[in-house]
Amino acid sequence: MENALELRGIVKTYGELRANDGVDLVVKWGQVHALLGENGAGKSTLMNVVYGLTSADAGEILFDGKPVTIHAPQDAIALGIGMVHQHFMLIPPLTVAENIILGHEITKPRGWIDVEGAAKAVSELSSRYGLDVPSRARVQELSVGVQQRVEILKALYRGARLLILDEPTAVLTPQETKGLFEIVGNLIQAGNAVIFITHKLAEVIEIADQITVMRRGKVVDSTTPKESNQADLARMMVGRPVLLRVEKQPAKPGDVRLKVEDLVVTDDRRQVAVGGVSLEVRAGEIVGIAGVEGNGQNELVEAISGLRTAKEGRVFIGGRDFTRRSTRLRLREGLSVIPADRHKEGIILELPIADNLVLEDYDRNPFARWIVRQLKAVAEYAARLIKQFDIRASGPTAAAGSLSGGNQQKVVVARELGTEPMVLVACQPTRGIDVGSIEFIHQQIVAQRDKGLAVLLVSSELDEVLSLSDRIAVIYRGRIVAVVDGAGADRDRIGLLMAGGAAA
Amino acid sequence: MHEMALLVVSIRPSDIAVFGSQTLVTATPLTLAALGGVMSERSGVVNIALEGIMLTGAFAGYVVALFTHSLWLGLIAAVLAGMLIAAIHAILAISFIVDQIVSGTVINILAIGVTGVFYRTYLESQSVAGPGHLPTWHVPVLGDLPIIGQVLFQNAFVTYAMLGLVVAVYLVIFHTTWGLRTRACGEHPQAAETAGINVYFVRYVNVIVSGGLAGLGGAYFSLQQLGNFLPGMTGGRGFIGLAAMIFGRWNPFGAFGASMLFTASDQVASRAIAFGVHVPGQFLGMLPYLLTIVVVAGAVGRAVAPAADGKPYRKS
Amino acid sequence: MSRLWAHVPAWVINALIIPVVSVVLGFLVAAIAVVATGADPTLAYLYLFQGAFTNTNAFAETLVSSVPYMFLGLGVALGFRAGLFNIGAEGQFYIGALAGVFVAYSVHGLPAIVEVPLALLAAIAAGFLYAGIAGFLKAQTGAHEVITTIMLNYVAFLIANYLVTTPGLMLDPHAHGLIRTPYIDANAVLPIIFPGSRLHLGFLLALLAIPAVWFLINRTTVGFRLRAVGYNAGASKAAGISVARTTVLAMGISGALAATAGIVQMLGIQHDMTAAVASGYGFDAIAVALLARSNPWGILPAALLFGALHNGASFMQLQTTPQVSSDLISIVQASVIAFVAAPEIIRWLLRLRRHQVAAVAITQREGAAPHA
Repeated sequence: MENALELRGIVKTYGELRANDGVDLVVKWGQVHALLGENGAGKSTLMNVVYGLTSADAGEILFDGKPVTIHAPQDAIALGIGMVHQHFMLIPPLTVAENIILGHEITKPRGWIDVEGAAKAVSELSSRYGLDVPSRARVQELSVGVQQRVEILKALYRGARLLILDEPTAVLTPQETKGLFEIVGNLIQAGNAVIFITHKLAEVIEIADQITVMRRGKVVDSTTPKESNQADLARMMVGRPVLLRVEKQPAKPGDVRLKVEDLVVTDDRRQVAVGGVSLEVRAGEIVGIAGVEGNGQNELVEAISGLRTAKEGRVFIGGRDFTRRSTRLRLREGLSVIPADRHKEGIILELPIADNLVLEDYDRNPFARWIVRQLKAVAEYAARLIKQFDIRASGPTAAAGSLSGGNQQKVVVARELGTEPMVLVACQPTRGIDVGSIEFIHQQIVAQRDKGLAVLLVSSELDEVLSLSDRIAVIYRGRIVAVVDGAGADRDRIGLLMAGGAAA
Repeated sequence: MHEMALLVVSIRPSDIAVFGSQTLVTATPLTLAALGGVMSERSGVVNIALEGIMLTGAFAGYVVALFTHSLWLGLIAAVLAGMLIAAIHAILAISFIVDQIVSGTVINILAIGVTGVFYRTYLESQSVAGPGHLPTWHVPVLGDLPIIGQVLFQNAFVTYAMLGLVVAVYLVIFHTTWGLRTRACGEHPQAAETAGINVYFVRYVNVIVSGGLAGLGGAYFSLQQLGNFLPGMTGGRGFIGLAAMIFGRWNPFGAFGASMLFTASDQVASRAIAFGVHVPGQFLGMLPYLLTIVVVAGAVGRAVAPAADGKPYRKS
Repeated sequence: MSRLWAHVPAWVINALIIPVVSVVLGFLVAAIAVVATGADPTLAYLYLFQGAFTNTNAFAETLVSSVPYMFLGLGVALGFRAGLFNIGAEGQFYIGALAGVFVAYSVHGLPAIVEVPLALLAAIAAGFLYAGIAGFLKAQTGAHEVITTIMLNYVAFLIANYLVTTPGLMLDPHAHGLIRTPYIDANAVLPIIFPGSRLHLGFLLALLAIPAVWFLINRTTVGFRLRAVGYNAGASKAAGISVARTTVLAMGISGALAATAGIVQMLGIQHDMTAAVASGYGFDAIAVALLARSNPWGILPAALLFGALHNGASFMQLQTTPQVSSDLISIVQASVIAFVAAPEIIRWLLRLRRHQVAAVAITQREGAAPHA
């Protein structure tokens, strides 16, 4: 079989991070090529290079056997490469046909859109590949699965022969996933090629002809479904434990400090994201939530912090029911949250470090008297925390935005731990920061645990969950699918559970 | 109650015709401003500069008509001047990524300044006869129809143009390639860009066309209604046009309907006074503004703006 | 040239050099318009300057003119700090004036120390509530404040016209057919602080308002909340701050300041209220706030500049032949805002480095589609 796409030695760095570190990849016509790896393994970067959304620092791209240069999506489209992004590039109020022909319109003379012609072209294409779409319906009225079909049709309409599907099943129901697989099968039958980016093992085994596993920017292995099984793939994907050893004594759990009961939470689209989760976190223990991102972790945390109202179920903090209470009251009760997205929810870049450190207590004694802020008290407190949490900054008045990512995160951690809370919910507490800061933050969390803090750790970094947690709960599609003891937890088995593999 | 009954009883067909005609004529500039708003905002650029653009159009139209003795050249000048000043809005908002409200404010203030300065120098002490009014065209046959004829077919150019442009803008926005691309840029510019559309170009053209439409609306005041120019003669009608665009949900026919509703309420107010009914005119006058607030607040069906309206686009 | 600026701190560039250069460029642009009218721009500007500064009375009038700009500019700037674009300062000005004037002509025989604060309080309350409508709608429904405040401006004019023209309401029955409210009580008139001029106590109040607003924004918990929400509503919410309540409060305070401008103008200069007409105050207020880069201290020079422009403009119009219209200052103002808001132009002119220039962030709050 001929090569559809060949990548040789692709390198792409973002600052310190080598997102792609000499990646080779061969995709053949008539095959589904699965690209497997954890978040941050470099899959999306690689595909953005192929689609012209970013350019590689080094390496070669061959399409259909010939070397090509791809500077922009238009170049990729012209070659016959199509990409369906994880976040659809569809325009909700426009119809399916309008979305598909946009930029390559079918017109009558003088620029009138040929509505009939467009609808006909769309229905021809859709019947050829078994992609059933209502061409006159508005995209916003369609389910996510149908929207995805529209995206695929859009690529095919532009003449795509190599189709890149970025995490296509992340948003689909099992039935929709089945439908997608049939479509992919039809495309392959017709001699096209498909690159299927995923981190779900069962899917890979089911659909792929060839599998390439990536980890930390490199290709780890290339195999086929016949030569491997889910457990092998999981091991390749998550790799051996890296050196993230945190010294800690066995936990001495005390009273229950955080409890959620049968919690049901919906996401922004009103779909159930958390489907009945019950959890307990005791004083002096760290409970880790392991899971691939987007399996309900954010919604769970927002329901605990009060940023999102739970649809059903209850949230107890320190034994009291806070389900219907405001975020402010929960924080005052002794809840602390390190949010997953530092810039959106954790820190205000324009404000000084000192102000960020008192963001939750700016109006309380000693930081304010009546409505007058006591800047001296704020500065003293800030100086203390800056020292205690080793925040590298020119001083308390420096804008938080002037700090490195690691130090920004330390500001958030200092604020959340500086008040000696009862419960800490830490989400992705070390995402995107340097190793030194990671170690420091881990030590702080463990030290506070030893002083009796109840910690709920949510992280998509399995290594982090494994090295910190006393108990581990695995979340998949909004449900806790297993709870295991932290000590001696079987990494491969957890990886399998996270990826929706059968619980062994 | 008694007075209202009297009002209803005493209406004659000719009253209806006058009422309808007045409503349509006064709705002319509002509709044109609103159509300008539709073009601009459908592509993602908020246009609160409509007021200033209309004033500029009114002025340029009058000056050119006065000095060339041609009302038609005046009309063309009004449109071109509107496009020119709208181009400044486009440059600031699209290329320099100035907050679109700020750049609209710049245009509104600039228009007052430019028209005021040149008015004082060239027009205020003018003793020459004005260029006159655009003539009323009585359309043969149709113009003789009862009521409808008087309302629709006995008008001057700008009003006929407005009626045609409502349909034209509708067709462009919803039935042409350009309109599809415009809507794509206003809703989701990233998606438009990945589909190979030049978002900047589309927005520029739409803002400039928007200026042409509002400029023509300005010509209504100086060349059709008054036959003269006075500083500040647009009197906030550009903002009512903006309100009509929102109330009409960014749809040309909706904008026209809203403009008609707004001017009809004015007509009712002035007539009520004539009939001795004490509905304070101010309250009817508030109607456009209050309705617009109600609609943006989503109390009676929500007015949903193009999703990327007002958001500057930066190529990644 | 970029080396020339290398050692100049960024705040000096952003708070000083860019505004000053913008003003200079604004005058240059307007000069082009003057040339186009066939007049001499240097002469026009000379008369403008004379009219604004060169004798005590002219200078006093400049200060008088700057008073409303100070309050209005402070109001809009405070809104900006909370991420809100209050384009309705003009309507709030009239609502405040109406409420305050009503109190000021209704009271009789109380000492000035009681009457003036009463009128001020009435105006502040009315302005707070009126602007609060826009804040409330934004907080509850997401209705964009730009649209609601524009609409509320016109509603305010009509309310004012209704009240002032209707017998039995605020129309003075003894005004011999003139459309105006009764004169305010003599004790409610703001005293003249510079004999022989119209410079009234309102100027001192405005001077006091600047540090007060600075203190409110920078030294109180209210101001902290307001800035936090303005910068990052998401992080503020996560920290337990009510974004909705803060939005209403910020809009309300902004409106209260605009309303103060209205009542101070009535108590200090006008002493009665005639029907309201669009005065352009709302746009001027935005210009002042932008020029000051939303910093309360910056409001003082910006308002003085605008006061001087307005005051000098009429003198310029009188003295020049051919006449240069006082509307010239609108061209100056529009250009100044454009240059301040598009600092890229000045960055290029002065060969400044990219990182030295801060963009003017105004309504950058999440989901800020002006009509959504």
